[in-house]
Amino acid sequence: MAQEFLMGNEAIAKGAIAAGLNLVAGYPGTPSTEVLETVAKFRDDDVYVEWSVNEKAAMEVAAGAAYCGANVMVTMKQVGLNVASDPLMSLEYVGIKGAMVVMVADDPGPISSQTEQDTRTFAMFSKIPCFDPSSPQEAYDMIIEAFAFSRKHKTPVFFRPTTRICHAYSSVKVADEIFVNKPEGFIKDSKRWVIFPKLSNRNHALIEERNRKISDEFSSYERNKIIDGDLKLGIATHGISYANTVETLKSLKNKPSVLKISTPFPFPEKLAYEFLKDKKEVLCIEELDPVIERALISVCGKYGLKTVIRGKMTDDVKLSGENLRDDVKHQIYAFLGLKEDKSSKADNAPELPVRPPVLCAGCPHRASFYAVKKAMKGQKTLFAGDIGCYTLGNAMPLDMCDTCLCMGAGVNIAQGVGRIEPNTKCFAFVGDSTFFASAITGAVNAVYNGADMTLVILDNSTTAMTGHQPHPGTGKTMMGEITAKVDIKKVLEGIGISDIAVIDPLKLDDAVETVKEMASRKGVKAIIFSSPCAMIFRPQNVCKVDTDKCVDCRMCVKEIGCPGIVIKDGRVVIDSSLCNGCGLCSQICPADAIGSEVITR
Amino acid sequence: MSTNIVLCGVGGQGTVLASKLVAAAAMNKGMKVMSAETIGMAQKGGSVFSHLRIGDDVVSPLIGEGEADLIIGFEPSETVRMLPFLKKGGAVITSDRPVMPVTAALVGSDYKGSDMTDYLRSLDIISSLKVVDTEKAVKDIGNPKAMNMILLGAASKNGFLGNITHQDIIEAMKAKVKPEFVEMNIRALEYVD
Repeated sequence: MAQEFLMGNEAIAKGAIAAGLNLVAGYPGTPSTEVLETVAKFRDDDVYVEWSVNEKAAMEVAAGAAYCGANVMVTMKQVGLNVASDPLMSLEYVGIKGAMVVMVADDPGPISSQTEQDTRTFAMFSKIPCFDPSSPQEAYDMIIEAFAFSRKHKTPVFFRPTTRICHAYSSVKVADEIFVNKPEGFIKDSKRWVIFPKLSNRNHALIEERNRKISDEFSSYERNKIIDGDLKLGIATHGISYANTVETLKSLKNKPSVLKISTPFPFPEKLAYEFLKDKKEVLCIEELDPVIERALISVCGKYGLKTVIRGKMTDDVKLSGENLRDDVKHQIYAFLGLKEDKSSKADNAPELPVRPPVLCAGCPHRASFYAVKKAMKGQKTLFAGDIGCYTLGNAMPLDMCDTCLCMGAGVNIAQGVGRIEPNTKCFAFVGDSTFFASAITGAVNAVYNGADMTLVILDNSTTAMTGHQPHPGTGKTMMGEITAKVDIKKVLEGIGISDIAVIDPLKLDDAVETVKEMASRKGVKAIIFSSPCAMIFRPQNVCKVDTDKCVDCRMCVKEIGCPGIVIKDGRVVIDSSLCNGCGLCSQICPADAIGSEVITR
Repeated sequence: MSTNIVLCGVGGQGTVLASKLVAAAAMNKGMKVMSAETIGMAQKGGSVFSHLRIGDDVVSPLIGEGEADLIIGFEPSETVRMLPFLKKGGAVITSDRPVMPVTAALVGSDYKGSDMTDYLRSLDIISSLKVVDTEKAVKDIGNPKAMNMILLGAASKNGFLGNITHQDIIEAMKAKVKPEFVEMNIRALEYVD
């Protein structure tokens, strides 16, 4: 067995390949993105990989392949599962022929997400078995087992790491050989593959019976285990919280027993009973939902056990956010009645700066937002934002994101506000990848229902926030093929929008005039701000302040909030290591003091 | 026993690469390594950190408070932010060059790098402190991206990386970077005594 230093997501990808993967489809989203990218990098020629237009499309492509007997994986972040839930809920009733692992990365914190939803709870809701790894090595080993399990039971299975597993690096032992799966192909059988109420009723009962059997099977699954301790007290935990629990227990003389849950659904009830029966109290250390806690309470009720179950519902574990090393330590020490060495906190520490994330220096979105802000100054406006880098347009001083809900929501929210406030000029901002993922239907809705709004497409020719993935507008696929670009302007024309302007946001005066003109018209208008992401198309020049001309008015600082513009020794200077030479600052400087110079990078 | 290192800075300064080099050097010696990285939205100008843990009994990629043997800080206020992780008698290597958040320029809440480094000097829990004038250093090296190697070299030369030697880091670097950058990176790794 070779040993490699792998990110958790890389370990998951390599495990899936070793399990005989035939197809993977997904949509980018932190912390899940690197799984699909790693498969694309290391796949054999006959493994198919695609970034789908959204998670629902990915799920359906994978379902079709699984109907043929293929080993398939779908990758997404937790909120992506909401988009994919429609096909997945039905797919569980229909079942599959090959093997299907639905890799959903949860994000406790949340660190880079809208919600702290728990895929373990979704597993219970959808009746789909769920695997929950506690380290990159376990993720590698476990996903191979998850594929075998899925094939055995003809059901999709969830594989749900959290951010600290996805983005941990570790020495990982990887298999020398990979399994090869030859799909049988699609065999017509409408009684099996066409969902009707009759099929759903029959299969519902079968699924419930099957899940009872799987609960027993999981009770003897080696990754669900009891680690005996010295006390009548126990800790039940999972994932990264398990790893952090083990770290805390290392230094304790009298250790509680530990129940490690690797398959939260169907819950390994018999194993849990064995663990609980001689315990006085058990603390459940979990992130997100109290899944294990509820399950243990249910086991106690069912078997008449008097064990006291503590956790989130008794406020012994915090209700939201991550369980970091010291959170887990505090929880365990409090549970065991142990005193912690209080480290003396220094009280003379200097105040530390707050660092909210911001749009990069040279980001064309900054220019687009600024153009709209300038054009609409003094008017009653709504700026509906969306999901992507441009959500950061909310930061001061731009302050150009009034709402943000979920992928593609902005275009419809703008319409809703306009229905109640007809005198408000409503704008919706959406990036190119998000437009394809889920804003097209919103644009159709606007046209069909005769809305009065301006749709602003921020087209930077990539999916920037998640690390520059291709999408339908880029003309490239994850198989490395060049394909026809889906033209955003033509899509809008096809929908029936006739007022469309395409403009370079970095030409500020033109952009401002265009926005004024478009906003003054009635009906659905679209502005496509077209300028590539500064991180992939870096120009050869940087901006520079001529200190002789600079009148120190700080307009550049106050207006656009570029991280490349800094104050040094009381004067405005441009940090050449950050500047990408977009020239927006030079266009707003009233003293004409900002020029540019060519540099070699 | 494990060696625990916190690398910290502001998004885009190269913490992940520096952390990977130490990890590679450790793995070349047959040691077990785990690390936790900041990836995602915070990389856009936010505070970022890497926790790097070397040792056979490491289970969690995260370091607990008071556990780090060493903090390598690419930005002085970020170094101070990570101090709760430092163990009594731990070592600190930090850049003295502040990176102001955009908000600081806006509301005039600037801070001085020296506020941070003076504070670090006043602490007796730090057994060994190296403050590096990285602005001068990157000019001398001739590459603004060389800061991570300059600070990493300062750590390895002074024996702050547990069983990993300076030579181990140089070898790991050679295997990782493009041949045309090897010479520049060696100069960076050798820069601080």
